[in-house]
Amino acid sequence: MTATTASPQPAAPRSDRSDEVRKALRTVDTGRRRKDRAMQVVVYVAFALAVIPLISVAWTVLSNGIERFDWYFLTHSMRGVFGGMDAGGIYHAIVGTFEITLGATIISVPIGILTAIYLVEYGRGSLARSVTFFVDVMTGIPSIVAGLFAYALFAVFFGPGISMGIMGSIALSVLMIPVVVRSTEEMLKLVPNELREASYALGVPKWLTIVKVVLRTATAGIVTGVMLAVARVIGETAPLLITVGVIDSINFNLFDGRMMTLPVYVYRQYSQGYVPCNDASAVCIPEINFDRAWAAALTLILIVMVLNILARLVSRYFSPKIR
Amino acid sequence: MAQRIDVKDLNIFYSDFLAVEDVSMAIEPKSVTAFIGPSGCGKSTFLRTLNRMHEVIPGARVEGTVAMEGVDLYGDDVDPVAVRRQVGMVFQRPNPFPTMSIEENVLAGVRLVNKKISKSDAADLVEESLRHANLWEEVKDRLAKPGSGLSGGQQQRLCIARAIAVRPQVLLMDEPCSALDPISTLAIEDLITELKQDYTICIVTHNMQQAARVSDRTGFFNIAGTGKPGKLIEMDDTGVMFSSPSEQATEDYISGRFG
Ligand SMILES: Nc1ncnc2c1ncn2[C@@H]1O[C@H](COP(=O)(O)OP(=O)(O)OP(=O)(O)O)[C@@H](O)[C@H]1O
Ligand SMILES: [Mg+2]
Repeated sequence: MTATTASPQPAAPRSDRSDEVRKALRTVDTGRRRKDRAMQVVVYVAFALAVIPLISVAWTVLSNGIERFDWYFLTHSMRGVFGGMDAGGIYHAIVGTFEITLGATIISVPIGILTAIYLVEYGRGSLARSVTFFVDVMTGIPSIVAGLFAYALFAVFFGPGISMGIMGSIALSVLMIPVVVRSTEEMLKLVPNELREASYALGVPKWLTIVKVVLRTATAGIVTGVMLAVARVIGETAPLLITVGVIDSINFNLFDGRMMTLPVYVYRQYSQGYVPCNDASAVCIPEINFDRAWAAALTLILIVMVLNILARLVSRYFSPKIR
Repeated sequence: MAQRIDVKDLNIFYSDFLAVEDVSMAIEPKSVTAFIGPSGCGKSTFLRTLNRMHEVIPGARVEGTVAMEGVDLYGDDVDPVAVRRQVGMVFQRPNPFPTMSIEENVLAGVRLVNKKISKSDAADLVEESLRHANLWEEVKDRLAKPGSGLSGGQQQRLCIARAIAVRPQVLLMDEPCSALDPISTLAIEDLITELKQDYTICIVTHNMQQAARVSDRTGFFNIAGTGKPGKLIEMDDTGVMFSSPSEQATEDYISGRFG
């Protein structure tokens, strides 16, 4: 780049400039490179630190739980099992966990999604702000408090000492609703406004736009959010101990009597500790309670994993495609 | 039958901000009306009041009347949803529904309002709309593929097909070609000329040649300064506007002296 005519900008500074540019392009910022390396190391170390406990937990649960984890264990309850007997299982706890969590999901998902729709699509002013505030407060409620709340609620109607599966569902839904609201809200906010306008411009009423365009576009994210909420409550112990209690036999009825759940089962087995084996004539395993606790914990983790995979498949099915 | 629109003393507000002031005009049926003017003068704002999309924005409101065949679109007994079925809209950026296939996108105006439509009627409507939008030949073998897999120009024509599948009387287009290459732009301009046989069309454009090529009448909006409301400076047959406008500002703008 050289100027041939006598222009107001003389030739010399111009070629200086292009030399400068050439130099600037070739400069290697060693300081930044070093920082880049260092940050890479930090990131990898942080990742490793995060993964170590995860692997360690998975390994411990697997190695301790695999011994008693079999078909018999999954399909039998604890009815008539005592001492160090080589028997007993978690069928009743699986039933309870499924029913109670399902109940909590059925209560929380509509309430949570409708609240999120209100906040994103309709909410203006102080009402919306206070709803957001209370949802935030709810997120921080200790689970034991949710349990006490459900218990107190039912005790008003049925008297003290009441225990039902549905009480557990309600306690869990207190914990679940804010998570569903928050995640759904974020997903709805991600739906571009252009799509709403496109729908309105076709003469589609607002509520149909919300149901068929906004919710449909956000389905994949909402499913993932609901799944995370389920994963959050399926392992709750304290509120279920208060509301649903403990039982050794199978109870399918969510609306009558105590039920067993997996986390409570784990707690219960663990707290019973070693079995004193004095009678040499019968089969007696001293650490049977610990074995059962680990196997039940393994089952719980597997259930959460399966649910996660299902959610992934569902959300992949619903997510927008390009080709 | 396309309809005539009469706008009278229209003031358009965003909350307290008067964005467009005192517009009166007549939009002739089965013709193309172009709106031109510098950025921020309220062309989009005005266009969106013609199908009551303006009020979708919180706090937005209008004063004055927009009458279609003598019915004030802002009357108490008029449902905005019904207005939008008569007055369709194509946006600046193509916005097909990402969860829907090409076919579903065309049928969106029918399906989203839960209207029953037989399979064969639906297929006919899809073909007719896509043919009208000059897109049929390009997509007829991939109707079940997602609409977002098309090129920008194809997406825009898909949006036009979607808008005309509702069979509106009037079609509003806000800079429909601003995101498109010259070839797609020409395709859409041809399309506009064709659509004019059946529809009343209003188009906002920054492209003078485009306005001169496609429109029958042209309205020029201008703004006195930032924070001031936009105004309709003049409106006339496109030939007159581009050869001998009566306002100096129009001439300056058209000849590229500002804006
Ligand atoms: N959603 C909104 N809220 C508040 N003010 C707005 C909103 N949209 C537009 N405005 C204001 O209204 C005025 C007109 O805007 P409008 O988008 O109609 O301009 P335009 O003529 O379409 O410009 P362009 O050619 O750049 O698209 C501007 O001053 C703008 O800042
Ligand atoms: Mg605009």
